[in-house]
Amino acid sequence: MRSDKTIRFVLDNTVVEAHDVAPTTTLLQYLRDTMGRCGTKEGCAEGDCGACTVVLGELDGEHIRYQAVNSCIRLMPTVDGKEVVTVESLSHANADLHPVQQAMVDHHGSQCGFCTPGFVMSLFDVYLNQPDAARQQVVDALAGNLCRCTGYRPIIDAGCSMNDYPPSAHWNRAEAQSEVRKQRLTDLQREHGLDLGGAFRAPRSLDELAQSYLQTPDALLLAGGTDIGLWVTKQLRVLPAIIYLGEVAELKQIQQTDGALEIGAAVSLSYAYTALVAHYPMLAELHRRFASPPIRNSGTLCGNLANGSPIGDSMPILIALGAVLTLRRGDEVRELALDEFYLGYQQKAWQAGEFIQSVSIPLPKSDRIVASYKISKRSDQDISAVCGGYAFDIEHGIIKSARIAYGGMAATSKRATHTEAALIGQPWSLSAIEAALPELARDYTPLSDMRASADYRLKVAQNLLKRLYLEHGDSSVSCRIGQIDGVSV
Amino acid sequence: MSRIVHQSQTHDSAALHVSGRARYADDIALPGNALHVAFGMSTVAHGRIKFLDLSAVRSAAGVVQVFAAANIPGHNNYGPVLHDDPIFATDEIQFYGQPIFAVAAHSFDAARRAAKLAHIDYETLPALLNIADALAAESQVLPTETLRHGEPESALAAALHRLTGTVAIGGQDHFYLEGQIAIALPQENGGVLIHSSTQHPSEVQHLVAHALGRHSHDVVVQCRRMGGAFGGKESQPALFACVAAIVATATRLPAKVRVDRDADMVMTGKRHDFSAEYDVGFDAQGRIGGLSLMLASRCGYSADLSGPVNDRAMFHADNCYYLENVQIVSHRCKTHTVSNTAFRGFGGPQGMMAIEAVVDDIARYLQLDPLAVRRANFYGIDERNVTPYKMPVEDNLVHRIVDQLCASSDYAARRAEIAEFNASSPVIKRGIALTPVKFGISFTATQYNQAGALVQVYTDGSVLLNHGGTEMGQGLFTKVAQVVAEEFGIALDQVRVSATDTSKVPNTSPTAASSGSDLNGKAAQAAAQTIRERLAAFAAEAYQVAPAEVVFADGEVRMPGHTLKFAALVHQAYMARVSLSSTGYYRTPKIHYDRKTFSGRPFYYFAWGAAVAEVAIDTLTGENRMLRVDILHDVGKSLNPALDIGQIEGGFLQGAGWLTSEELYWSDKGELKTHAPSTYKIPAASDWPEDTRISLLQDTPNAEDTIFHSKAVGEPPLMLAISVFHALRDAVGGAAGPQAAARLTAPATPEAILHALDVPAGSTPDNFLSVENRVTA
Repeated sequence: MRSDKTIRFVLDNTVVEAHDVAPTTTLLQYLRDTMGRCGTKEGCAEGDCGACTVVLGELDGEHIRYQAVNSCIRLMPTVDGKEVVTVESLSHANADLHPVQQAMVDHHGSQCGFCTPGFVMSLFDVYLNQPDAARQQVVDALAGNLCRCTGYRPIIDAGCSMNDYPPSAHWNRAEAQSEVRKQRLTDLQREHGLDLGGAFRAPRSLDELAQSYLQTPDALLLAGGTDIGLWVTKQLRVLPAIIYLGEVAELKQIQQTDGALEIGAAVSLSYAYTALVAHYPMLAELHRRFASPPIRNSGTLCGNLANGSPIGDSMPILIALGAVLTLRRGDEVRELALDEFYLGYQQKAWQAGEFIQSVSIPLPKSDRIVASYKISKRSDQDISAVCGGYAFDIEHGIIKSARIAYGGMAATSKRATHTEAALIGQPWSLSAIEAALPELARDYTPLSDMRASADYRLKVAQNLLKRLYLEHGDSSVSCRIGQIDGVSV
Repeated sequence: MSRIVHQSQTHDSAALHVSGRARYADDIALPGNALHVAFGMSTVAHGRIKFLDLSAVRSAAGVVQVFAAANIPGHNNYGPVLHDDPIFATDEIQFYGQPIFAVAAHSFDAARRAAKLAHIDYETLPALLNIADALAAESQVLPTETLRHGEPESALAAALHRLTGTVAIGGQDHFYLEGQIAIALPQENGGVLIHSSTQHPSEVQHLVAHALGRHSHDVVVQCRRMGGAFGGKESQPALFACVAAIVATATRLPAKVRVDRDADMVMTGKRHDFSAEYDVGFDAQGRIGGLSLMLASRCGYSADLSGPVNDRAMFHADNCYYLENVQIVSHRCKTHTVSNTAFRGFGGPQGMMAIEAVVDDIARYLQLDPLAVRRANFYGIDERNVTPYKMPVEDNLVHRIVDQLCASSDYAARRAEIAEFNASSPVIKRGIALTPVKFGISFTATQYNQAGALVQVYTDGSVLLNHGGTEMGQGLFTKVAQVVAEEFGIALDQVRVSATDTSKVPNTSPTAASSGSDLNGKAAQAAAQTIRERLAAFAAEAYQVAPAEVVFADGEVRMPGHTLKFAALVHQAYMARVSLSSTGYYRTPKIHYDRKTFSGRPFYYFAWGAAVAEVAIDTLTGENRMLRVDILHDVGKSLNPALDIGQIEGGFLQGAGWLTSEELYWSDKGELKTHAPSTYKIPAASDWPEDTRISLLQDTPNAEDTIFHSKAVGEPPLMLAISVFHALRDAVGGAAGPQAAARLTAPATPEAILHALDVPAGSTPDNFLSVENRVTA
């Protein structure tokens, strides 16, 4: 058990000891600048291009969980006690390529090669975790990796054929879970959380976290770091002391209580959405199109809510579903409906020293229509121009209750209260929906920016409500470009 | 005898790429005292610097020295054609993000932080930010050019139908994954060694020499590989290399200039956005009788390569169509935005977009299948076969390609099926389009159509190859190595290609205009043949055979009665004092062209292709996707089919991105707001349609004597993506009529599509300016 100030992680079967590392140093900077390990590339320093993708291994009970992450926005102290796998880890010579790499070579999957290490690592995540991945899973796994040369076809083909190659001696699926690897990681675990002289603390319990934050309410809470990482790399902000949530065991829980799913503050978006989609299969598309796999593997659902961006994709549907936050300050715990949390642009209904402990999402009920629609310039890994969340209760053909929330339409994700009021009590019909559409112009005065104009946003918000009816009303008209009968897409 | 050329060989660096061992400029280990550089950039689009105080920058932690225009020993310019691109702005600011100074510090982080501490006051001046503003102000970087052929005015007046319209075509950021970078290492006696990520090492060399006030022989530029370029590393890298050289020379320390993604996108030029207006006269079949076309492009604040880019747009405004009577007027607009530059296709795509819109509008107006109108206008084989610039079209493959592609893609049946689908699908509409490509191969700047190579054979039989071309992922090094291996009859892995190096092959042309393997392949072939002929002459004498009887194949040298390993003969030749290295040189034959009259033979040959794209749109949101793509493309007799397919697929998707999701957005203050992948959306993996059927045209070796009768492939496939835009037009037209189709602007974002669909019934569309029917048919 360790307790000193050295950051330790496993790399290529050895323990790397990183001394005197500024807490805002990124994993990418450490690999490239300090270790001279330059296979991992910087393409954008904001987690959007994937050239920096590495795989992190983390103990998860009896198992090592390996996940692709963006090293360019991953702060060094958060890799303490974990295993880092980079593109160089997979082979030692040209003649010794890993199946993922050999498949890429054989399918002509690299041209300029700069994005290639990132693709290899995203595919390596698939290789370890989804041995039966079909083409669609491969494509989904690559959503966070941009290639400007190939058109992706050969890379997708490589991903679809990498299991046809004989496993290599190292980094095959069994060897990745070997006792030696587990023991090495177990030995790195600390008795007390990492504390870099106050600049970075990683509390190990919820109480410790609550006390720590109460005492230093000016500290910055760090969860997945998928936004805070950009404050460092893009805005060059000088950060206050950091309190890291990622080592608090209680916050990593997903619990199903009476009628609700409770998701802790350190649960990644990947796990949170998997749990949510198990109950709400209609949210699978939102899950798939939310950022990218490496971002979802790092970022947390509660971090998305706490950040409270007006274009965050979790809020509209969670507001529509009536999600409730559990807020904690010291020993005090209170609950607050998510739609009451956002007061204005980057203004939230919480006090100094208070933080989101978990979010509680009501489970489905019969006769409730639930949907979330995301509109963006690019289908995958884009920020919404407009994102809508809907929960309608229909009884005997009448709209009993309607909860509608949109992102991208105001300074916060916000409910369409006028529209809701115009719909409640009306028959569940296209004419009733159409009659209510003008109310959206009373609910929202969207902005024009690089993602969309105000006119487009309003028009699409209206049309998405129409889509809700067309998809769930009597006629069930095909409304999705991805689901055309008789055409393979 | 096994052949090395015409085979699918993997990229020479593939194993290095996939294992992270391929070295890019940023991966080069530097001494601990190396300096890192960041730029200070303007925050107005147009203005004058009233006050500049860099003292806080100088005194910031880690800063070694700050550089502004006064610190440049030679010329303050990196403009390649006109000298109108200052390295650092002095007085007038001409675009938002223009470099004013650079700070060199012990770390990149320190340099970036210090750069933000400058105190600059501006007098803000009115800024021209778009084509319309510049046209109104008659603001130009270069004079308007006009190309005339036939009698357009009388042909227009006599036409049965006449239509006018406008076409709006957006720009495009290169979004190479590796950003701009240069490293300068000071050498003795005033020399400097530059590692630059550049398509044009010689130009970097020359501009660095000018900036330093030194001779070209004082500067060596090397480039092993780039992490993508696409034209964005033709003229742009000189800025970064000049600054690195200035810093290194002044401090006597190694200096690295690597800009972050945001600075890269703000500071460097992009594909020119274009605005076109046309007036076309045509008959009942849609055959064009006369055309008057105005092309205006946003060049930005300086000329850069805008002259030849706009020339190429004019040269490609015919695409595959015979224009008997035509006038093309080309305005090169000067705006207070970043100076636009080369980008794959180099103006050709924009010219083609204009004529394809004309043809499509004619078809929709006449209610004909657009393909029928396209066919009616194709260049003929024996007649109707002269371009507006008076070059005969000699190797016309468009009929053959389109016939074959129509059949293989089942175009007619699918068009009918789509019409049926659309009739019963109120929200989702589909569309299909076939568009052809004819792209002229050669630099229009004639002097660039030459190349040099250096081939060295070592006594163990291994071969080291250098040539003037640069490797940006396209596989040039692999193709040229194939040529050399083929000439020596040795295995491909016996040939090593080393970094492009201005001290090995001088006065090189940019690796651009798709010309890389045509030019450098021929130059390397010439060098290899020179050595092979020496070896053959030596063997003939040594073994008493005729030189023609000496055959180089399969790693051996065979002659009557004797067979040797290649290495054995090489060693014997060395012992007999035979020179084992040679330069090779090539210049493209046949080309000539009069810039004043826009006539001649600017292109050695044409590359041809065609694509059928099928798309779906959501009429509620404008979301869209490709459903299926069929491509048939002409690469002559392919040097390397796998690499050529890679160029076709990658070029096609890059073009599709240009015309769909890639939108550049400037604020009303002229600040680029889409300067990172979070806001600028190039295609992602899911944008590649699963159903793609991509083929190389078979049995069509290049009619001209190119390297093993192959054809250039770098740029032409990008324009295959025009089919995607026209399939979207087709879907929009299917949903809301021909006027809606004509309203669609590029890029066809969801918003642009929804806007096009939103045609109030009975209104005059803003894209069809007017319709005139001389005779009611």
